[in-house]
Amino acid sequence: MVQARAEDPSALEEITRRLRRDIVTSTTSAGSGHPSTSLSMVEIVTVLYFGGVLRYDTSAPRDPGRDRFILSKGHGAPGLYAVLAEAGYFSVDELNTLRKLGSPLEGHPNMNRVPGVEASTGSLGQGLSIGIGHAVAARVDGRDYRVYVMQGDGETEQGQVWEAVMYAGNHGLDNLTLIIDRNGYQQTGAVDDIQPLDPLEDKLRAFLWEVRTIDGHSLSEVAGAFDWARSVSGSPQAIIANTVKGKGVSLLEATPGKFHGKPLTEGQRDDALEEVGA
Amino acid sequence: MSFGITRLKVEEGPPTREAFGDALAELGGEFQDLVVLDGDVANSTFTERFGERFPERFFNVGIAESNLIGIAAGLAGAGKISVAASFSTFLLSNAFDQIRMSIAFPNQNVKLVGSHAGISIGEDGPSQMAIEDVALACALPGFTVIVPADGPSAAAATRAMIERDGPVFLRCGRPKVPIVYEDDAPLQVGRANQLRAGDDVTLIANGIMVAMALDAAETLADDGIQARVIDMHTVKPIDAEAIERAANETRALVVAEEHLAYGGMGSTVAMVVAERKPTRMAFVDIGDTYATSGTPDELLVQFGLTPAAIVDAARRLLKD
Ligand SMILES: Cc1ncc(C[n+]2csc(CCOP(=O)(O)OP(=O)(O)O)c2C)c(N)n1
Ligand SMILES: [Mg+2]
Repeated sequence: MVQARAEDPSALEEITRRLRRDIVTSTTSAGSGHPSTSLSMVEIVTVLYFGGVLRYDTSAPRDPGRDRFILSKGHGAPGLYAVLAEAGYFSVDELNTLRKLGSPLEGHPNMNRVPGVEASTGSLGQGLSIGIGHAVAARVDGRDYRVYVMQGDGETEQGQVWEAVMYAGNHGLDNLTLIIDRNGYQQTGAVDDIQPLDPLEDKLRAFLWEVRTIDGHSLSEVAGAFDWARSVSGSPQAIIANTVKGKGVSLLEATPGKFHGKPLTEGQRDDALEEVGA
Repeated sequence: MSFGITRLKVEEGPPTREAFGDALAELGGEFQDLVVLDGDVANSTFTERFGERFPERFFNVGIAESNLIGIAAGLAGAGKISVAASFSTFLLSNAFDQIRMSIAFPNQNVKLVGSHAGISIGEDGPSQMAIEDVALACALPGFTVIVPADGPSAAAATRAMIERDGPVFLRCGRPKVPIVYEDDAPLQVGRANQLRAGDDVTLIANGIMVAMALDAAETLADDGIQARVIDMHTVKPIDAEAIERAANETRALVVAEEHLAYGGMGSTVAMVVAERKPTRMAFVDIGDTYATSGTPDELLVQFGLTPAAIVDAARRLLKD
């Protein structure tokens, strides 16, 4: 039976620490990957999977009635894998096989190899359209599941994103929630220096979305935003989550422009684990 | 990286993407009309080196490959030599219709440079690996398609591409690669380079498979098999004469490329062979599958791109 899991706030905080630990250790042991990308989304996925939002059943990952979470920014795979392991789709030990030959935990998510992964992503800009497909199918099939899509702020530059935004708005897909992980940076620099998104709220509203901007690292604000999203009817909802790329690891937070796609060394990892406290 | 090379004494050189980036930055001084476009990956394609020297002629359009291609086409229409560089799969696959309509059909002077081609990118996995790109580019009328073997030939290909009029696709890789050519690589577009003489079998390769073919030729020589090795750096227009000569002068042809089987260099070579001199052929490539994550060397072994695979293919052909 698909069910939402609602842990109390102190347990959620513990979970964020474990996810940060797993993100840092798995990418360092892989010797490559995107820890900073994954760290900015930790509170959001924690509330989704453990704050009473997403309805899922790890023993039936393809249950047709499940809610869907699609990680459009596929390079955040270490963060997705960490939360899926924490949820019980597979063991936490398996995270140490990240990016290694034979492991289903490839550099970017592969929906046919990892239970709980809803879409194979890694070419940016495609997740929202796939989410629309699921949301439309729910209507066609008369199901009440909801679809959550997370994309990066740099990713929001893709043309396909805006084709999808227009479609979802025009069709009033109120079972669809987009979370934009607004950590301010993309691969080669700050989003504001490359292709500023503002006025982002206005743009989304003009495409007929309901919009809310929150602190993406505040568990209570994230939870409030998901409550709000589920209360909206007639329109898709966008949650703009202001986040910090590399959140929780001061070295990464200090130089977010320098660490895209770079794992920590073993020494840096040990310092980071101390900071994270798990 | 070893590329499975055991016999050949080769020195590891720069990745082809880096040699391209350095050559491009050099050419920027010589060609005032040269403009370079990036889709937020300039530190991966090494076009950042051009960007540092010529910021007024460098444009990062963000993560928006279709728009990138369109802008490159417009700049070419306004008289510029446009170089659009990104991961090869994001360029060719993501923006194929824009490439077709805005570059190929109107024959615009745009140079597409795809980095991170093939499975030798390793751990990032299948979503980042361009393994269909040669087929896509070769399908486009008017396109020149170049797959250099090493740093020096990637640098030479960069110049050749800029000097050549019309659309070009230059395919580069991520890892450091063995140096096949000392210093200055001769690279004449459409003219294959014969790197080793032999009259038993011909090994036709490009990209990272060239060094492997040379290594395979050493092993075959131990068996008394003399292998001709050809670097087919230009897939389109293909050097049909070199292929015809090889088909006439040797008993069999092995084609080796870091690409899917369908539509790659193997198909093109086979067309020439079928038309001019039917000869036994074997194909060393990725076959008909997506790869996975792993170290570059592990993946090359798993997907059969090794000197040993080339040796086996040659022996098989000569046996029957
Ligand atoms: C279509 C496409 N183009 C380029 C890339 C290469 N790339 C990988 S991550 C990245 C930056 C992403 O930035 P953002 O969406 O802000 O994600 P963040 O890492 O900040 O969470 C780029 C350009 C890609 N994966 N897909
Ligand atoms: Mg970002």
